[in-house]
Amino acid sequence: MAGSGTAHLRQPSETLLRIQNLVVDFPAGRGKKVSAVSNVSFDIASGETLGLVGESGCGKSTTGKAIMQLPRPTRGEVTLDGTDLCSLRGEQLRNTRPRLQMIFQDPISSLNPRRTVMQIVEEPLNIWKIGTPEERRLKVNEVLSAVGIDPEAAAERKPHEFSGGQCQRISIARAVITEPSVIICDEPVSALDVSVQAQILNLLEDMKARYGLTLVFIAHDLAVVKNISDRVAVMYLGKMCEIGNPDALYSAPAHPYTRALLAAIPLPDPNASLDTEHHLEGDLPSPISPPSGCRFRTRCPLAQDICAQVEPQMQHVTGDQYVACHFPLQAVSEVPVALTQ
Amino acid sequence: MSVQTPISGLPTPSGTPGAPKLLEVRDIVTRFTTDRGSLTAVNGVSLSLERGRTLGVVGESGSGKSVLSRSIMGLLPRSNTERSGQVIFEGKEISGLNDSEYRELWGDEMAMIFQDPMTALNPVMKVGLQITESLRFHLNMSKSDAKDTAVALLKAVKIPEPEKRFSSYPHEMSGGMRQRVVIAVALACGPKLLFADEPTTALDVTVQAQILDLLAEQQRERYMGIILVTHDLGVVAGRADEIAVMYAGQIVEQAPTALLFSEMKMPYTEALMAAIPKLTDASHTRLAAIGGRPPDLVNPPKGCAFSPRCPYVQPRCHEESPTLTPSPTAPEHLFACFYPIGSPETEEVRLRIAAQRLMATAPEFVAAPAKTPTPAEQSPVPAPPEQTEGM
Repeated sequence: MAGSGTAHLRQPSETLLRIQNLVVDFPAGRGKKVSAVSNVSFDIASGETLGLVGESGCGKSTTGKAIMQLPRPTRGEVTLDGTDLCSLRGEQLRNTRPRLQMIFQDPISSLNPRRTVMQIVEEPLNIWKIGTPEERRLKVNEVLSAVGIDPEAAAERKPHEFSGGQCQRISIARAVITEPSVIICDEPVSALDVSVQAQILNLLEDMKARYGLTLVFIAHDLAVVKNISDRVAVMYLGKMCEIGNPDALYSAPAHPYTRALLAAIPLPDPNASLDTEHHLEGDLPSPISPPSGCRFRTRCPLAQDICAQVEPQMQHVTGDQYVACHFPLQAVSEVPVALTQ
Repeated sequence: MSVQTPISGLPTPSGTPGAPKLLEVRDIVTRFTTDRGSLTAVNGVSLSLERGRTLGVVGESGSGKSVLSRSIMGLLPRSNTERSGQVIFEGKEISGLNDSEYRELWGDEMAMIFQDPMTALNPVMKVGLQITESLRFHLNMSKSDAKDTAVALLKAVKIPEPEKRFSSYPHEMSGGMRQRVVIAVALACGPKLLFADEPTTALDVTVQAQILDLLAEQQRERYMGIILVTHDLGVVAGRADEIAVMYAGQIVEQAPTALLFSEMKMPYTEALMAAIPKLTDASHTRLAAIGGRPPDLVNPPKGCAFSPRCPYVQPRCHEESPTLTPSPTAPEHLFACFYPIGSPETEEVRLRIAAQRLMATAPEFVAAPAKTPTPAEQSPVPAPPEQTEGM
C-alpha cells in the first residue's frame, strides 16, 4: 500500500476542499530531499469532518500545513470552492486566509503569552478590519461564551492563567471568529487528559454545528478520530493507505496497516484479548530513501514480490471505502468506480 | 536470552511464609513548599507489591501519580519537599537513606523508566556507555564484560544491529528506539522493582504496543515487580494485575484489574472510563466529559476531593472525607466513597440523569407536541447543562 491514485475522489461539485496529487518535499542536505507527502489525494464535502491518522512521520501534519499553503506544496492542487490555492499569489492568497483556520496541538504555546485573551481572540477581526470596535468586542464575547469561557472573567487575563483545556478553548474561539469554512485541527487533543479531551471533542462538534464548519482532524489516536470523523484517511510514510467512513473502516479494515494500527490500540477492558498477532515489528523506514513500490511492504505481513515493484493504486472496496494495496483484506470491486474528473 | 546479566539468581517464590513483600508503602505524604503555601501532592498513600506482579497507577495530570513513584524511590529534591511515611523494600526501611545509600539501591535493586526518552538519556554520551555505566558501578564489571552485557541487553530489547548501535548517540535513533535504550539502561543490573512512569505516552500506538510487549516479556524473564504509572486506562487494563486509581494525591479505588473493570465503585473511576472514546461506539457518539477540573492541592476542597465534580454528590460528601476501605463483598477491592456506584443514592441520580437525557434528545416522543417541532425549538425539559471547565 501506501499508494497513489485518485479513484476515491468524488465529483468536484460535491466537495468543498479537494487535494489532488499533493507533494511536499523538504531539502535533506547533500542534494537529497525528503518527500514528506507524496502524491496524496482526498476531498472533503461541506460540513464533513475528515480524520487523518497515521504514526509520527507519516506526513499527516505536513498535509494539513500544505493545505494552508504553509509551506506551499511542491506540486499538486488544493482546491477550495473551485479555486486552486496553489496557483494564487500574494494578496489573492491572503484573501483566502480567513476561510481557512488552524488549531494546534500545544494549546499553551499557540497563544501569545504577553497578550490578553481579548487581544488574542480579537486580532483576526482587527487584521481584516471587520466591524467597529464595539461590534468586535461583542463578537469576541459571543465566541468566548460559545466555547465555554466566561468573557467577563477571562477577557483581561493572559494565557498562563488558564489550564491546557481552557487554552485550547481560547484557540478554538480565535479560529472560529472569522467564520471560516474549513478548520484544520492538528492533534488538538493529544496534549490533554482524557476528561478534558472529551470536553474539547464535544466542543468541536458543537462548534461545527453552530458555525457550519468543515474540519480536517489530524490525530494519531484512532478512537478519537473515529469519534469525530465522517470519513477517515489512513496515511503511511507520505502516502495514503485507505479511506472510508469510520464505522466500515474500523470494523472491516482493507489495508494491513489499518489492521495493525487497530490491533495496537490498548483497550480499556481487561477481558479483551491482546491482538499481538497483528502488532507491527520495527520502525518507520527513512523517508529519504523510502521502500520501492508499496512503502509499507517492509513491515507488511502479506508482502509479495509485486509489492516491491509496483506501487498500488486506490481501489474501491465498498460504499465509500477505498484502499491502495495489492493484497487487500477485503474484496475490491473488479471495476473501480472512477469518479475523477 | 543468553545475557550474562545477573538476574539475581532464581526468583524467591513469592508467597513463601515469612518472606517479606518486595515493596510495602505505608501512609506516604509528600508536600512541596510553593509560593502560595504548602501543596500536598501525595496524601496518605499505602500500597504493596510482590515480585513478578504489576501494579497500575492511573490518574489525570496533577493527581500525584508521578510524585508517588518518585517519593517511593527517593528521587525528589530535599530542599522544598517534606516527606513522611514508610517505604519498606524487601523488609528494610529505605525512606531515611542518605544519597550514597540510595545510589547503591538505584539502578541495582530498583530502577525507573521515564516518560520522555529524549531527556532521559544524556545527549552527549553514546548509548552504550549509558548502559555500561551502571554495570561498572554496581557490579564492578570489566570494560569488555560490561560491553558484552550491554550489547546483549540492546539485543534483548530488540534493537537491530546492537553492536553498531552501542556506539550511537541518542539523537541518531527514533523515539521508539530511544525508549528501548532507556529500558535497557533500567534493566541493566537486573532490578527487582521497576517503575515505569508513563513509558509509552510519548510514543506512537504501534510502538507503544511493542514497548509494552517488551516490558511484559522482560518482567517474565526477570521476575520483576513493576509499578506502571499512566493516565491511560487502556494501557493498564491489559497489562496490570492490580490497579490503583489516584485523584488529588490519594488512592480513591484499588482492586485487581478484572474486578475494577467489572465492578467500579468510585464515581471518579466510572467518569474516567466514560470519557474515553470507544472504538466500539459509532462515530459522533457524544462523549461523557467530566465537568470542572481537578482541585487546587494548596487549598483542597472540604470533604471528598471529587465532590465538586461528582454527578452523584450528596450533602455529606461536602463535609466529610471518605477513607479508603475494603468493599464488604470483596476485601481486595478498596474504595473511598460514601455512596459508591450501585448504592441506592447513586442509582436514583443515575436514573434521573438518564431520564433528562432521554427527554432532551427525543422531545417529540416524550412531550408529544401538537405542532411539528422546528429544529430551533427548545426541548421542553432543558438538557442538563454540560459543565465546562469553568473559570
